[in-house]
Amino acid sequence: MKALYFAWVRERVGKAEEELDPPATVATVGDLIAWLSRRGEGYAHAFDKPLAVRAALDRVHARSDALIAGAKEVAFFPPMTGG
Amino acid sequence: MMATVRVQRDDFDPGAEAEGLARGRKDVGAVASFVGYCRDEGGRLAALELEHYAGMAEEEIARAVGEAEGRWPLLGVAVIHRYGRIAPGERIVFVAVAAAHRGAAFAAAEMLMDYLKTRAPFWKLVIGVDGAFEGWVEAKADDDRSAARWSDAVSGP
Repeated sequence: MKALYFAWVRERVGKAEEELDPPATVATVGDLIAWLSRRGEGYAHAFDKPLAVRAALDRVHARSDALIAGAKEVAFFPPMTGG
Repeated sequence: MMATVRVQRDDFDPGAEAEGLARGRKDVGAVASFVGYCRDEGGRLAALELEHYAGMAEEEIARAVGEAEGRWPLLGVAVIHRYGRIAPGERIVFVAVAAAHRGAAFAAAEMLMDYLKTRAPFWKLVIGVDGAFEGWVEAKADDDRSAARWSDAVSGP
């Protein structure tokens, strides 16, 4: 699946997007955050407060218990500050 | 219902956009519009850099418009949100709603702004006059509370 990162999540991870191939045990958005956090210091920093990071699956807001199976695109970002 | 959603780098003409909702129609009795501007925060802010999630931004705004349409009898909606670098005094966001009566137009415009603040994927980075003031704008609990008002409101006109 394609992963996108925005704002300070992007800065901490160090890239705007990448291809991810998580193992089958990674079932939910929360599992994916935990799995990503173990990939390196930047990821660990980006996700050190999991509740501060929001997610979207295929461009729709998703909670941490949402299942990722079948999703083509996942995005992680801080709470939004538009308007 | 006529709905326009645009996410763009360029500025827009709020008067022309609002007027466009009523032009040539005889059923529109009210157009309520809102324009959000970039503030200089007492001279400390040189510019805002607005980042957005292209694709989702348009879709999420369209979902909010759909919710507003389900709640009030609307005759037209226009939402424009800019991204990129925006200087103090420049326009950032525009919402206009046309309806037969002002109540629906005011309420739907306010709901759309509250949803834009908390659900549309945009992030503001502050470029400071000096480096000390720079950084990502933090989401406000007040904005979450404003948006939550619409979750438990009675739907329908």
